[in-house]
Amino acid sequence: MNFTNSSYGETLLNNRLIAIIFLLLITVGMSFGAKNLYFDNDYRAFFGKTNPQLDAFERLQKTYTKIDNVQFAVEPKPGSNASSVQILSAIEELTELAWQIPYSLRVDSISNYQHTEVDEDDLLVEDLYEFAEQLDEQKLDAIRTIISTEPSIIGRIHDPNHRATAVTATVQLPGKNPMEVVEVVEASRLLKETIEQNHDVKLRLGGIAVFNNAFLEASENDMMTLMPAMYLVILVVTYLMIRSIYATAMVVLIIVPSITFAMGFGGWIGVGLTPPSASAPTVITTLAVADSIHFLVTMFQRMKAGHSQRDSIIYSLSVNGKPIFLTSITTAVGFLSLNFSDSPPFHDLGNITAAGVMAAWLFSVMLLPILMSFVTVKPKETLGSLNNYMGKMGEFISSKYKAVLIISIFISVLVTAAITRNEINDDFLKYFDEDITFRADTDWISQNLTGLNQIQFDMQSKKPNGISDPVFLNKLETFANWARNHEVVTNVQSITDVFKRLNRDLNGGDVEFYRIPENRELSAQYLLLYELSLPFGLDLNNQIDIDKSSTQVIVTIDDLTTNQIKAWILEAETFLKNELGMDTVAAGPTVMFSYIAERNIQGMLWGTLYAVLIISGIILIALKDVRLGLLSLVPNLLPAALAFGVWGLFVGQVNMAVAVVTGMALGVIVDDSVHFLTKYQLARKNHNLSAEKAVVSAFSGVGTALLVTTIILVAGFAILAQSSFGLNSAMASLTAIALFMALVADLTILPALLILLDRKINKSNASDNVVTA
Amino acid sequence: MKSFRIILIVLLSYLFVGSVYASEGKGLEIATEVDVRDRGFGDTTSTMTMTLFDQYGNSTSRKIRNRTLEGTDEGDLSLVIFDTPADVKGTAFLSHTKKSGSDDQWLYLPALKRVKRIASSNQAGPFMGSEFAYEDISSQELEKYTYKYLRNEDYQGLDCFVVEYDPIDRKSGYSKQIVWIDTKEYRSHKIEFYDRKESLLKTLVYKNYSKYNGKFWRADIFEMENHQTGKKTILEFDDWKFQTGLSAKDFNKKSLKKVR
Repeated sequence: MNFTNSSYGETLLNNRLIAIIFLLLITVGMSFGAKNLYFDNDYRAFFGKTNPQLDAFERLQKTYTKIDNVQFAVEPKPGSNASSVQILSAIEELTELAWQIPYSLRVDSISNYQHTEVDEDDLLVEDLYEFAEQLDEQKLDAIRTIISTEPSIIGRIHDPNHRATAVTATVQLPGKNPMEVVEVVEASRLLKETIEQNHDVKLRLGGIAVFNNAFLEASENDMMTLMPAMYLVILVVTYLMIRSIYATAMVVLIIVPSITFAMGFGGWIGVGLTPPSASAPTVITTLAVADSIHFLVTMFQRMKAGHSQRDSIIYSLSVNGKPIFLTSITTAVGFLSLNFSDSPPFHDLGNITAAGVMAAWLFSVMLLPILMSFVTVKPKETLGSLNNYMGKMGEFISSKYKAVLIISIFISVLVTAAITRNEINDDFLKYFDEDITFRADTDWISQNLTGLNQIQFDMQSKKPNGISDPVFLNKLETFANWARNHEVVTNVQSITDVFKRLNRDLNGGDVEFYRIPENRELSAQYLLLYELSLPFGLDLNNQIDIDKSSTQVIVTIDDLTTNQIKAWILEAETFLKNELGMDTVAAGPTVMFSYIAERNIQGMLWGTLYAVLIISGIILIALKDVRLGLLSLVPNLLPAALAFGVWGLFVGQVNMAVAVVTGMALGVIVDDSVHFLTKYQLARKNHNLSAEKAVVSAFSGVGTALLVTTIILVAGFAILAQSSFGLNSAMASLTAIALFMALVADLTILPALLILLDRKINKSNASDNVVTA
Repeated sequence: MKSFRIILIVLLSYLFVGSVYASEGKGLEIATEVDVRDRGFGDTTSTMTMTLFDQYGNSTSRKIRNRTLEGTDEGDLSLVIFDTPADVKGTAFLSHTKKSGSDDQWLYLPALKRVKRIASSNQAGPFMGSEFAYEDISSQELEKYTYKYLRNEDYQGLDCFVVEYDPIDRKSGYSKQIVWIDTKEYRSHKIEFYDRKESLLKTLVYKNYSKYNGKFWRADIFEMENHQTGKKTILEFDDWKFQTGLSAKDFNKKSLKKVR
């Protein structure tokens, strides 16, 4: 019958040692790359080198001090408030000790807030308070007034209603070692414990450094919990399918070198591990097992039919060699489309997975047959009843193909229409699950202290020392006031507050003078005086550039959706341009994340198109039939649309990761239609069956395998959907839904369409020679 | 045997404590010698260009004139007059160095036509946005530090004492300074500044020393590099003059308004 390609299997089994040595060499060689792997725990990793928002932000960071920081928010005990002597005293100690955090550049809190006071011709600039426990009520009241009214304090490091207060340590990481962030966070956690013990308060940790560290923790979390779950599912499902402990163990033996190969490859191409790329092993495991299952199922079926184990191995290779290769190639192509993403971690995920899929193919067609040839296995009764059921389902679809078509088109239109219900929201601090402490802490901080989104505006006077110019300062002030008038703005940090304060204090504390100084000499000289009075670390370098030509205004805004933030940014930029004639653009992590989804979607439109074209091309070549190739587009493209529709109906919020789903899932989805169409084509051409009978043949031939591999794939992605990292879970959930939809489409719309289109050109061939194997 | 061991330990610890005393004593001796060798300069004037560099090489300059009067009972008196940038022209900064506690500081603001006393105890902040803190360029009074001699070391072909200076002022930005002083002329060549968490913060290098009036060494170039931010400030001195006839009258609050 179909022994035409058996020469490969014969050759392989006759040269087992050479094959094993060859596989061992390439795996070990590749695995050396793993030594280059490192965890990239910097959120900037999510932005490509050409990202314009990253570029704007980096230019800003070159001008001013970086804003990488650790925020220690102090939560008062119930019944107390954040201006109690106890908390003031805790803040004092915390402020002092925060200077000890590695790489710290400055520390800001209410205790070291540089308060200015005048006594005739004396200007006193000093910490707001010292030795809180020894202060009298009068002094404490004065402090409380300042911390609940001073614009540079409230909504930034202290809540005006005293619900919370914070100490912020700014760190400048040399960037030589990814462990720097870990050092900072570990020191901060130790400090938190010390303060909690000494002062009976609760501390919460926020800030960019802790955010960066959360990436690492999320990856570790995932590796600890998801990988074992993944292996468990693989073992159970594989065992249920083939009822052979030995064969199940061999499947694991295929997965391990595939992952080793892929991660080693990642190391060679210089990948830095981020939560998306660190999820590659889970994805590879899911995909690799399908190849093995196809091979093993055919082998056992053949053995049951009475053939020897060796013959069955050779037969299975000859039957499955081409489909396994094809489906591996399409899967790899799908994952490679991730290179069109705007976000490098997805390139890494795509490239590592593509390498892993091709490695899995190699191991499935070389190592697995060899491993199976070393022992004697017995075929057992497996999913026979499922096969019967599949055959019946095929008959049912064949007879009711019109109804099936109408119902599925109706449902598809309905579900697809719900795509528009999806709203893009890249609330990056919420990429992390509530079980990551960072998330819980930042949620609390945003409710009680300050917004988490900081938007920076680099205000340039374009002249050396131009920031003292009253015209420029008044523009700044107009903008700061405009921003403060927004409900969502919790704080605006502007150098104008310093100028106004100095003008008042140097004019005998007269509140009339709480305004921008009238000429540039006054402003410049006030600033000189003020700078001479500041303590170590609390200089103005974080607000003013070295030749005093520009200054940054930092606007803190509440929790908003990406669209609301983008709208606010646009409003602010328009105001600056139209009202103040300044072409300043907003910058900062919030801005970067607000635009990333849009950019990612744009990039992935091309990526998806590339995947569709190449994968369709591969199918055309494989099927050698233009009609079937075009037809396959329906069950291949529809599932992603359906998945987005379902998502729109039940969830409605998407992040940048979903842009990569279509291209990526396509490579996996097509496997089902390739298997189905190959079988259908075989039945039509080789056995001259009618369309209806060919569909039934395809159902009973590959239906079970499709069902089982889909179960494994859906289970695998459903496990990945449990990731504590939002980009992984969104991507995996959508992929799981799409894979499930693909199975449904392949078993309903595809056969119905085949019958509809092929029925007419049916030659009434009498041959009823149904072949089921 | 046991008692012998105890005696040995006691002896060793005496030796150890002794060596600490010795290093402290020697450190102070060196610092004192630095101070003594510069005594009697009377007064000096010089001009200075301060150039600030950020880590990407952008730079900006300002011009300043300095006048210093050697102190008798207390520390030195010094006057800094700002010439550029234009908007601070004529601003003058007067300081009276104290041997203990904060220095007295006043600033004359021509735009306000008033002298303001800087009543803060903060002397560790940056001077005019540069990498120099006031405490780095103010007169180095012996009483402001405790000293520890560390070792002798070659620095650019000169045999140097390496001495640790520990600031007494708790508001100092530094945990310690390591100073390289040549053994021949007792000039400082390099200072490493360590921040409060004992990390290297800045390095100051003195270049182009010249001898004035046959006795007093002054460097023309001070280069301060901040290792944590990558920023740098260079001070270039010019036109050093000694014993120009300045007196205490030129360094009081009243004279500040009239300074040209």
